Amino acid sequence: MYSLRDKYAIVGIGFTDFSSRSGRTVQELATTACLNAANDAGLEVGEVDGLISYTFNDSVPATAVAMGLGISEARYAVDFQAGGNAANLIVQSAAAAIEAGLAKNVLCYRAMNGRSGFRLGGGREFVARGVTQHTAPYGWISYPQAMAMWCRRHMINYGTTSEQMAEVALTCRENAVLNDRAQMRTPMTLDDHQNSRMIVDPLRLYDICLESDGACAVLVTSAEAAKDLKHNPVYVMGAAYGGGDQQGEDLFDAIRWPEHSCNYSKFIADDLWTSAGVGPADVDVAEIYDCFTYSVLMQLEGFGFCKEGEAGEYIQGGRIRRDGALPINTHGGLLSEAYIHGLNHVIEAVDQLRGNAGVRQIKNAEIALTTAGAMTCGSALVLRN
Amino acid sequence: MSYLKPLPEADEDSAPFWQGCREHDLRLQYCPDCDRHQFPPGPNCQTCRSKGMEWVSVSGKGKVYSWIVVTHPVPREVYGDDVPYIVALIDLAEGARMASNLLACAPQDVVADMAVEVIFDDVTEDVTLAKFKPV
Repeated sequence: MYSLRDKYAIVGIGFTDFSSRSGRTVQELATTACLNAANDAGLEVGEVDGLISYTFNDSVPATAVAMGLGISEARYAVDFQAGGNAANLIVQSAAAAIEAGLAKNVLCYRAMNGRSGFRLGGGREFVARGVTQHTAPYGWISYPQAMAMWCRRHMINYGTTSEQMAEVALTCRENAVLNDRAQMRTPMTLDDHQNSRMIVDPLRLYDICLESDGACAVLVTSAEAAKDLKHNPVYVMGAAYGGGDQQGEDLFDAIRWPEHSCNYSKFIADDLWTSAGVGPADVDVAEIYDCFTYSVLMQLEGFGFCKEGEAGEYIQGGRIRRDGALPINTHGGLLSEAYIHGLNHVIEAVDQLRGNAGVRQIKNAEIALTTAGAMTCGSALVLRN
Repeated sequence: MSYLKPLPEADEDSAPFWQGCREHDLRLQYCPDCDRHQFPPGPNCQTCRSKGMEWVSVSGKGKVYSWIVVTHPVPREVYGDDVPYIVALIDLAEGARMASNLLACAPQDVVADMAVEVIFDDVTEDVTLAKFKPV
C-alpha cells in the first residue's frame, strides 16, 4: 500500500488548448504542457530529471519529451502501456520514483491528437487476434460497445435507468459552461440527453465522452522542495492502483471479469482510503473518471460514497452539482471539458485545492479525490492543500 | 461478396477451439485438476497453472449474462447492413463465459438469464463462428 502520505506534492500544472484539431504534433503538445507545468511551478525545466506518461493510442515517449525540452539527465523516463486507468498511477509512480532516489522533480504528462489523429472511440485495430479473436468477429469492437456491456449489467442488477445516468452528463455540462478550457459549453437538458441518438444500447451519444486533441502535465516533487516553489503545494495524501482478480489481457478484455456491475474501484478503495487516512465523507470535491456516464455511478459505489446499486438514486437531487454535498467533475470532465485521458481531472483538482478555479471554485475545498479508469483496472489519488 | 468483418486468427492456444467450431462442436479447455472449464483458452489453467488442460466438447447451452444492441455501426461500411445487432456475454452451462452474437431474437426481447443455445455460422469456407439463439 502507498505509504508516503503528504511526503510528495503536485507543484505545477500545465496544459494546451483542448480541441478537435490541434494542428500541432503530439510532440509539440507534450512539450508545451510540460513546459507550462514547470513554469507554473516556478522551476527551471532543466531541473526536471523524471518524466512519466502512458500510451494507448496516440502519444510521444518520455525520452522524446525529455530530449525536446533539453533535459540532459532524465534518470527516470518511462511510459506505461495503459489508457486512462493510469492517469493517477503516474503521479503515484512519480512519488515512488523520488522516494527511491531515481529522480527529484518528475513531470507526469498525457498528450495526444485523440480526435484528429488516432481515434480511440471509433474502434480499435480492425483485426481479431490475441484476445480480440474472441470479441471482434462478433462486431464487438469499439470502446462504447465494450462499456455498454458493463452498464447493462448495472441496470440488470439494480434497475439503473438512462434518466438517472443523464444526471452525470448534465452535471458535467453545467460545470463546463463555466470553464473556458472546456470544449462543450452549450447547456444540456434532460430532454437533450434522452433525445440524443442511441449509439450502442444502453448508451446514448451524451453518455459517451469526447474525443480530443490536447495535453496535460503535472509536476511532482518532494514536500520539502515544494516549499520553495511558487504555489502552495497540493499534497498527495493517498494513492492506489489496481483492480480485482481476472483483469484480462488488455483494457478491453473483461470476458473473465466475474461481475460487471462493479469495476476496479471496489477493489482499490480500502487501499486508497487507508493510505490517505481519510474517507469518502471527508472529500470536498471529486473528479471522477467519466469516459461514460454510468462509470461514475460504479465508482461512487466502489469508493464507498454509497452502497452498491444505489448510485443512480444517490446522485439525484443536486447532490453532485457544484453547490451539492459532493461536487463532481467541476471542470466538465471527459464528457464536456475534454478527453485527455483523465489527467485533466488532476489539473482541475489542483486548481480547486489552490483556490484558483475562478468561477468554478468550490468553497473551502481542502480534500479532493481524483479517479482514473472504468473497467477492470484503475487508479486514484486523494489530494489536499 | 467478400467477407469484410474481422476473422479470428487462431493461435497455438486457441486453434482447437476454432477447429471445433469448424466441425460444429463447441469445445472448451478443461482442467482436470481444478474440475474447471476455461474460456478464452490460454497456455495453462489460470487457477492452478496446470499445463495438463484437456479439450472437451460442451453442451452449447447457456444463459445471457449481459448484452448490448449495436445501433451505430463501426465502421459503417462493414456493419451498416447489420444494425441493430446483439452482442451478448453468455454464461455457458459448464461455467465459462464467452462473447458472441445473439441471433433469431429481436433486441427488445432479450432479457437477463434468458436460456440460449449455440448455433454455428459458417462465415467463410475456413471459418465458423459459434453464435447463440434463444432455446
